[in-house]
Amino acid sequence: MNAIIIPTPLRKFTGGAGRFESPAESVQDLLSDLVKSHEGLRPHLFDNGGDLRSFIRVYVGDEDIHELEGTATRLSAGTEVSIIPAIAGGIA
Amino acid sequence: MVNPFTKAELERYSRHLIIPEFNLEGQRKLKEAKVLVIGSGGLGSPMLMYLAAAGVGHIGIVDFDVIEDHNLQRQVLFDIDQVGASKAQSAKERILGLNPHIDVTVHETRITSENALELIEQYDVVADGTDNFPTRYLVNDACVLAGKTNVYASIYRFEGQCSVFNHLRPDGSRGPNYRDLFPSPPPPGLVPSCSEGGVIGVLPGILGSLQALEVIKVISGVGDVLDGRLFLFDAATFGTRTLKVRPNAKNPLTGEHPTQTELIDYEMFCGLGGAPKEERPVKEISPAALDAIGKQGEAPVLIDVREPYEFAIAEMGGVLMPVDSVPERLTEIPKDRPVVIHCRSGVRSARVIRMLEDQHGYDNLLNLKGGILGWQEDVDPSLARY
Repeated sequence: MNAIIIPTPLRKFTGGAGRFESPAESVQDLLSDLVKSHEGLRPHLFDNGGDLRSFIRVYVGDEDIHELEGTATRLSAGTEVSIIPAIAGGIA
Repeated sequence: MVNPFTKAELERYSRHLIIPEFNLEGQRKLKEAKVLVIGSGGLGSPMLMYLAAAGVGHIGIVDFDVIEDHNLQRQVLFDIDQVGASKAQSAKERILGLNPHIDVTVHETRITSENALELIEQYDVVADGTDNFPTRYLVNDACVLAGKTNVYASIYRFEGQCSVFNHLRPDGSRGPNYRDLFPSPPPPGLVPSCSEGGVIGVLPGILGSLQALEVIKVISGVGDVLDGRLFLFDAATFGTRTLKVRPNAKNPLTGEHPTQTELIDYEMFCGLGGAPKEERPVKEISPAALDAIGKQGEAPVLIDVREPYEFAIAEMGGVLMPVDSVPERLTEIPKDRPVVIHCRSGVRSARVIRMLEDQHGYDNLLNLKGGILGWQEDVDPSLARY
């Protein structure tokens, strides 16, 4: 299984869950599984063309997927994927 | 090496001076340093206390705000008898009380595209403790344009981030900046303001302390600063991660083809400026009118579309029906008599009314003007504001 960590601002679309697990073997498949389970997340992660939105950063381990193979990046079992949110402060 | 310290200072700083790699030289660098702390709130509170205690010689504080009751949950610089007073001025008094061997300059102003460069140019290092996206991008861009290191931290609910942007490296180059990490801000709607903000009070204490630590490391040159790295802390799970921040070739300031050479309109950039989105107005009722009808014994149905945790703070007798549950509870909303809908300030309830009118054919709905905050102000001062 691979896991993706959901940041606080997006947890209102996952019923409060901060972690999502799936047997997906690529970033693309993991994100697809995630938005299939939580449809409300889709417009916040992807634009109408299906590309990741520019304000969403996705990391595999400690590396930005842009430095790897983007959403095609393969995942080995037990890899932790993170969605990194821009947060501004307590007032938000 | 000339010893610039008095006996009192040597004794005060002795626990720094006896760290072999810090020593008198590190302390001298702190004494000579000029640090601008932007925002003296949740992050600024511990930062200012530790920077002052550590002996940073010149500290500037930018804050235009006054102290409010709800700040005291986390802004430990301030006392209850200072509510209503200037934050920057109160912060100065507090930290000079802690360490009289330093200089503190107060900039009681909002940082803007017009004054940012002039402010920042007077200092060596900037520490960003602000609370909104336009100011985050403004501070970042001003630091890049003025060539200053930007020690960054940010918090939201249980989540914190810390990094050091635009750091001067030994080879003369600069490390990545905020725009490398976040090229564009999230759309304003993603984090609605009134119902979904909040922060656990200790969190800015932790992140602001980390920021103070990084400022001290940047100045003294001791240790490895968070240059090119983003530290993440989840206070709820105690999860920590440190991620790599890489330069982004498309960065408009520092990328391969820079297009931006000056500060811009950051409200606009963050989608907050310009003409407000045209939304169809809804029928309203003022708190005083609602109160008068109630006293005549003809109280309309009142529906409260806030969340249960808001209801627990203050309520005015309405039926609690959180926004997301409204479509499933239409049978509880009559169509044959007046129904008043309210939230905290009136924005969410107006949205619910438009949805009910457009999708479910209602025409008997009134929005409580100003929400429960308006009711508190005009009718029932015993309610708590939040």
